[in-house]
Amino acid sequence: MADLRSDFVGIKSPNPFWLASAPPTDKEYNVRRAFQAGWGGVVWKTLGAEGPPVVNVNGPRYGVVHGPDRRVLGLNNIELITDRPLEVNLREIKQVKRDYPDRAMVISLMVPCDEQSWRDILSRIEDTGADGVELNFGCPHGMSERGMGSAVGQVPEYIEMVTRWVKQYSRMPCIVKLTPNITDVRKPAEAAMRGGADAVSLINTINSITSVDLDLFAPEPTIDGKGAHGGYCGPAVKPIALNMVAEIARNPATHGLPISGIGGVTTWRDAAEFMVLGAGTVQVCTAAMTYGFKVVQEMITGLRDYLDSHDMALSDLIGRAVPNVTDWQYLNLNYVTKARIDQDLCIKCGRCYAACEDTSHQAIAMLPGRVFEVKEDECVACNLCLDVCPVENCITMRELAVGEMDLRTGLRRGTHANWTTHPNNPMAVKAAE
Amino acid sequence: MSQARLAPGVVPGRLTPSELAANFVDVAPPLDDHEARVAADRCYFCHDAPCITACPTSIDIPLFIRQIATGTPDAAAMTIFHANILGGMCGRVCPTENLCEGACVRMEAEGKPVEIGALQRYATDGMMAQPVHPFLRAAPTGKRIAVVGAGPAGLSAAHRLAAKGHDVTIFEARPKPGGLNEYGIASYKAVDGFAQAEVNWLLGIGGITLRHDYRLGRDITLDMLRAEYDAVFLGMGLGGVNALRAEGEDRRNVLDAVSFIRDLRQASDLTTLPVGRDVVVIGGGMTAVDAAVQAKLLGAENATIVYRRDQSQMGASRHEQDHATSAGVRIICNAAPVKVHGNGAVVEVEFAYTEIDPDGGLRMTDDRFRLKADQLFRAIGQRLDGVPEALALDGGKIAVTGPGRTSIAGIWAGGDCAAGGDDLTVTAVAEGRDAAEDIHAILMRG
Repeated sequence: MADLRSDFVGIKSPNPFWLASAPPTDKEYNVRRAFQAGWGGVVWKTLGAEGPPVVNVNGPRYGVVHGPDRRVLGLNNIELITDRPLEVNLREIKQVKRDYPDRAMVISLMVPCDEQSWRDILSRIEDTGADGVELNFGCPHGMSERGMGSAVGQVPEYIEMVTRWVKQYSRMPCIVKLTPNITDVRKPAEAAMRGGADAVSLINTINSITSVDLDLFAPEPTIDGKGAHGGYCGPAVKPIALNMVAEIARNPATHGLPISGIGGVTTWRDAAEFMVLGAGTVQVCTAAMTYGFKVVQEMITGLRDYLDSHDMALSDLIGRAVPNVTDWQYLNLNYVTKARIDQDLCIKCGRCYAACEDTSHQAIAMLPGRVFEVKEDECVACNLCLDVCPVENCITMRELAVGEMDLRTGLRRGTHANWTTHPNNPMAVKAAE
Repeated sequence: MSQARLAPGVVPGRLTPSELAANFVDVAPPLDDHEARVAADRCYFCHDAPCITACPTSIDIPLFIRQIATGTPDAAAMTIFHANILGGMCGRVCPTENLCEGACVRMEAEGKPVEIGALQRYATDGMMAQPVHPFLRAAPTGKRIAVVGAGPAGLSAAHRLAAKGHDVTIFEARPKPGGLNEYGIASYKAVDGFAQAEVNWLLGIGGITLRHDYRLGRDITLDMLRAEYDAVFLGMGLGGVNALRAEGEDRRNVLDAVSFIRDLRQASDLTTLPVGRDVVVIGGGMTAVDAAVQAKLLGAENATIVYRRDQSQMGASRHEQDHATSAGVRIICNAAPVKVHGNGAVVEVEFAYTEIDPDGGLRMTDDRFRLKADQLFRAIGQRLDGVPEALALDGGKIAVTGPGRTSIAGIWAGGDCAAGGDDLTVTAVAEGRDAAEDIHAILMRG
């Protein structure tokens, strides 16, 4: 059985599934329950500076996007960092870590952007026994208005500066948590690396309004008739997070920088996808908030099963797909496929036809008796019919062999050739041979 | 074309081979991958889920369904097998509407539960089709344990004990293992020899020796087993059948339903199996339903279940009752047999309608009726036969405390032969498993 033990920048945990800094990790009671359920580690909900704690709204904190059957697809929150006194959090962190020495205990931090504030907070957490710190440069609401959270994360120079202070005043591994509310995630990651970060974690939540109350004419969650944007997370943000993780993993400047992947991880498969794109651990919040801490059990058995069936160790998984993430210009333009409809599986709904006829390439014929057939001489292999088909494996893509005639173009399939050498590309480089 | 279709009496060949084949197909065909995903998607992953509480073996149902939903059915199967090694059969025969599915919160919400039984079968079938048995044995303990009866309780105990590193010998009275899974349930619930396949798979763990044609009290005694083994588990089920106590019960073609079901399960050619044209089954449990439905499927023109109490008190679940009526079986309630009429063989059965007297007892009224019957099945329960005298009894079954401890130290009992619990496959599995854990704890304590 595959060994799921993880060593992430020196932080050890029995599995790579951590709870992200968020409500589930705000206090001892929750974190103990999480560890009892099997979570490998937690990032304790963000601590602020010494002094009166922040206050939260007393109305709803969350907005939600539901899928069919009220499945939670996305969650948005306007909660701030911990609103409990610093010393209470520190005492609890120490107690929990003492009782669970094998679990990862990382403390998320967010204090004003000056050297003394960071120096102070780092000295306060020194003797908690925690394994590392995570710098919250991502929170997009409330704290950002006060010059913290994503307000720092959106300025690479600030990231670098604060990271440098943290590495100067603490021996702990330092993880920099990045905001996705930027245009190019590679820049803040590079800044964190320059500042000496041991790792980055991403993504934090995305600026969002989940819905609008059409009677109150106010965004939800609505607080006394008004709403503010929140931070969006959950399964809906996973594709955005995967791309950002991959961008950092394949960027030559940050390649090899350890990544803790965050964003909609709900199942073992989600976790594995983050890991093959370069994440050493994953952090989870929405899945736990939706289904409870027990969800980790499926992640553990699922990842084990996958590794066993592929005869891989956990370390083999991390970054395995990174070499296959490339730029569009390097994609093989001579790779030709054609959609094919399995008539035995087809239930004759016609969704493929509507999609292709109305919005795409008129490459599906509707024959008497509601028989749908692909017209290979029109099919550009866009894949849309397959995506909208309700029956698994009913529509598949068949790859043409090299030398086989593409009925649409009248050309035989050639060997690899991409845009960089294509005759239609005015910038095309001449083939070397 | 079958010339015997309407022949009077108890005759074989009422239906053609193709009709019989069609009648005895899998009553609930397995889910395919897509169906399983769709069914699994409906699970809410409830906290402290009511379905787990309702399962006698406490399978972590939300977890295994989530494992199916995330494309890891083998992990799902292991979640099931860790709690219930006969999860394959239980997925087929459990009265889920009274257990897990009845407790499903979807029932509260929309009256349609998650298809837990079908999903369990989906997961377990996949793993059992693989060549390797998934459990490994612990290091040998040197302890030897005797198990009496290769039914669900005995098999469950044996597997758990073998996994703990003990060597197990099962003594089985019949020529085949499986107990009621092999001999006692309707054949359309476990098609394609599933009961034997499951036993063979279970034995794949190793360390279990199966000895056939050993009946307790005839070929072996409790004293012999105690002398030779470190512990004994009794799981021999119920051998005796209750009598009707109606006049004329000894006429020909008045039979035990369990024998009919057994013969049907063991028949290699259903066209040779005789069945009446007018079949009457007396009883209200699963056995009554299995006998009546199968009589109908064999070609009986009429099959009628007569139960002495109200329909709501029938042991057979509502789902089973509906299955019976949809198969064309008539169910008459609140009527008890008075006399079996006939001349040598049964011809008619006379019943009296019943009512509840002021003391709460059941009594027959003077309102009577007769049903035509050329075959009459008794399905009014079974009793324990030939239990060693040294064991204390409780209500005619072996008295047990806690995890199946009998009145004699070193002897455990579980399944139908032990007092307490519903007489269900899944209950027997739980009792065998728990007794095995207790045996292990006690043997290893010293």
